[in-house]
Amino acid sequence: MNKPATETLSVVVEREIPHPPEKIWRALTQPHLIEEWLMKNDFKPAVGHRFNLRGDWGGVLDCEVLAIEPNRTLSYTWDFAHNDAAYNLKSVVTFTLTPTRTGTHLRMEQSGFRPDQKQAFGGAKAGWQQFFEKLEKVLARAG
Amino acid sequence: MRNAHNVLFKTLADPTRRALFERLCREGDQTVGALTARAGVSQPAVSKHLAVLKRAGLVSDRHKGRETHYSAQLRALAPLLDWTSRMAGFWQGRFDQLEDLLKRMDQ
Repeated sequence: MNKPATETLSVVVEREIPHPPEKIWRALTQPHLIEEWLMKNDFKPAVGHRFNLRGDWGGVLDCEVLAIEPNRTLSYTWDFAHNDAAYNLKSVVTFTLTPTRTGTHLRMEQSGFRPDQKQAFGGAKAGWQQFFEKLEKVLARAG
Repeated sequence: MRNAHNVLFKTLADPTRRALFERLCREGDQTVGALTARAGVSQPAVSKHLAVLKRAGLVSDRHKGRETHYSAQLRALAPLLDWTSRMAGFWQGRFDQLEDLLKRMDQ
């Protein structure tokens, strides 16, 4: 490992969604709605509020609200503590909503991966998620 | 390992090259001529891209008569498929669920 430990890396996923920002904002900030698409949670839309996201797999993420700008930006920490340092993750998730003619451009950026997870950065930066999705299907078929 | 990642990322960062590689993944072996017919660039350009893919270990070539057939080497991608696909795949899946939810929600 010869990279500085301070290196910040990120994954970006973007999507055009045919719904107004106000509606998407509700899905991003109301606990019962967050649960339907993301995870069980005790989220509150207040800067400094600490909450957990609980995954179906039993994993618990430690989160803290960092920034809120209604209908535009939501940012919170997304940390996963694990006994094995290789699984520890400290990151920040930021959702950005931009109104478009037909709805909303939704952008999710997750930044702050460990240096040895650099491959996540490279792949996401080049916007290859669809490529990899397709590729995974190809690989699945190839057995 | 880090270096291997960089080579793969650089090689696949070019959209034309990536499209050629995807076609070989999806459709199996093809000749340069067949690839050129739908690549939107000249045959020399296609050959040049294939040479770069070959150097990265992403394709292999096989001579058959006067034609050269190219095939994708999926094993070469193994180093990229762990975190990249898992994290981006995670969010793509969640966004699918978000869109489903939005359809069910009142305006």
